[in-house]
Amino acid sequence: MRNRLVGLVVLTAVLATALSAQAPATYRAPRTKDGKPDLNGIWQAINTANWNIEAHSPEPGPMFQLGAAYAVPGGFGIVEGGPIPYKPEALAKRQENYKNRLTQDPEIKCYLPGVPRAMYQPFPFQIVQSPKHIMMSFEFAGALRTIYMADQTPAPADSWMGWSNGKWEGETLVIDTTGFNGMPWFDKAGNYASDTLHIVERITPRSAETLNYEATIEDPAVFTRSWKISFPLYRRIEKNLQLTEFRCVEYSEEIIYGHLRKPGTGPAPTR
Amino acid sequence: MKHRSLVVLSIVALLATVVFSASLIAGQQRSAQPAAQPAAQPRPAAATPARPATQTAAKPYVVPKTVDGQPDLQGYWGNGTYTPLERPQNVTKEFYTEEEYKTVLKTRASGEDEQTTPGTTADVHYDFTQFALDTSQSPIPLNLRTSLIIDPPNGRLPARVGAQAGAGGGRGAGPGGGGGRGAGGGAAAAPAGGGRGAAPGGGGGANNQYDSIQNMPIGSRCIIMGGSGPPLMDAGYNSVYQIVQGKDQVMIVTEMIHDVRIIPIGDRPLPPEQLKQWIGMSRGHYEGNTLVVETTNFNGRRPFQGAGQNLRITERFTRVADDKIDYTFTATDETTWVSPWTASVPLTKEKGPIFEFACHETNYGPANILAGARATEKAAADAARK
Repeated sequence: MRNRLVGLVVLTAVLATALSAQAPATYRAPRTKDGKPDLNGIWQAINTANWNIEAHSPEPGPMFQLGAAYAVPGGFGIVEGGPIPYKPEALAKRQENYKNRLTQDPEIKCYLPGVPRAMYQPFPFQIVQSPKHIMMSFEFAGALRTIYMADQTPAPADSWMGWSNGKWEGETLVIDTTGFNGMPWFDKAGNYASDTLHIVERITPRSAETLNYEATIEDPAVFTRSWKISFPLYRRIEKNLQLTEFRCVEYSEEIIYGHLRKPGTGPAPTR
Repeated sequence: MKHRSLVVLSIVALLATVVFSASLIAGQQRSAQPAAQPAAQPRPAAATPARPATQTAAKPYVVPKTVDGQPDLQGYWGNGTYTPLERPQNVTKEFYTEEEYKTVLKTRASGEDEQTTPGTTADVHYDFTQFALDTSQSPIPLNLRTSLIIDPPNGRLPARVGAQAGAGGGRGAGPGGGGGRGAGGGAAAAPAGGGRGAAPGGGGGANNQYDSIQNMPIGSRCIIMGGSGPPLMDAGYNSVYQIVQGKDQVMIVTEMIHDVRIIPIGDRPLPPEQLKQWIGMSRGHYEGNTLVVETTNFNGRRPFQGAGQNLRITERFTRVADDKIDYTFTATDETTWVSPWTASVPLTKEKGPIFEFACHETNYGPANILAGARATEKAAADAARK
């Protein structure tokens, strides 16, 4: 009897654990006509990860002229389980990046943001979902990701936004992305990866208006082990909202080419 | 397409400077190679308005449907063409015979081999066929029309508002009109707008275009290139698009500078007048098997055939075969033309996928050109002091 009781308790505990592990999946998203969770819509992260994906205190911005408007808000970060496991030399490069962030952050030059940064920049992105391709169109720099649900191939070449193959695991869209060129940063704080970056993202609807986003990041050239980020994505529910153009190239040109301007013409170079 | 795209990929590093071909292309050369395959052997096309309506198709085409039940336009499409926007002055008929068309294709394709002067720097840098930058690298839809413009019936742009009677309709645009290769730019000392099919329509740079980056043509700056539309027009090379249909949205991706247009489908209020964009703002709906897209709210910084903020474009996409979409657009601007005009630019199936075209990120050309201009000025100043 006693043994049976113990057994029942153990069984109950096991069941409870199993159930609680599945708890987030109890939400069942509306379906597309081909029966997949419907991710169509305009989404946006609300966090401070674009400043720094690790937990960080508030601090002044890199240009005192911009005062409080562009100072850095503090945040809990989106990295799970402590600091990013950089190799020592890679950590040194991150610190160097941070020091030079005003000129070297690819974002300031309107370069394609890469992954995962595009997913939490403070700009909306739109998912257009078809059975063969799930497209993610980002307002920042007009960046684009194509998630191949069919016609999958290995990355044919390196690129800024990587090459993504996707599959459905129940409620979750699982995206495997490789083929990065090592140029984008993860944030304004200089966190980065190399061209051996490999990202596996899991996007799971958690309510009609929120998605759980998590990504496992591995890059043996930069990190000692793989690590995870996670945050929610929120639906932009404004009626008739559309992405608007943020064709930011021209906003970055004086930074990039201003020193080559003919003396005495137009505005003074900004650097 | 895959082959072509890989070739294109292999020259991504060159693209920055290639963009600059605009500044050189107008009078540019290339080695005299025979026309590429697709031009020499035009593919058969379905019976469509691109061909005289004398033949009746045996069976009407059944348009495939998306999972949402809309006419399925999805896939990779190209609109490279040698057909000029306006009917040449010496041509009086609406359609060529197939024989005549082949001759025209051959002439135009071989013309692409002769865009730079042999032995010049441009000749070395811009070998169009070698770098897959000639129109004939992609399948070219059979189009017997003598002009892309189908209305007015004379195949030419309507008269400009305020133009003298008999002055004719606007300037003679190059093939593609809306931007052409590299979207504008003139040769070194030439006034802006010398690029093929470019001129102001392609967003040419200012005079003194080497004084600063802001004076350079918008295509050279990787802001936007011809072809991305609306309207969708042959960009000169790499005129490749992907259409994806989601629920109540149609996405058109232009490979050139990964340009994306997302068209909401269904009743929506007009966008606010104050919100202007390079590509305007689009609204779509289906009429039977045709996707109809209305676009307004252009910012006017990339005038289309001379029309700016008041331009309205109505596009109609109708799939008429597995490998063909009839695409027409009507351009309206009462402040620019005395009447609306309509052009037909068939889209033909391309092999995917399309690749990321990171243009600005490796746009080394402008820095080198501006630095060259400053060095030239310094050398001149030094010489003057002596």
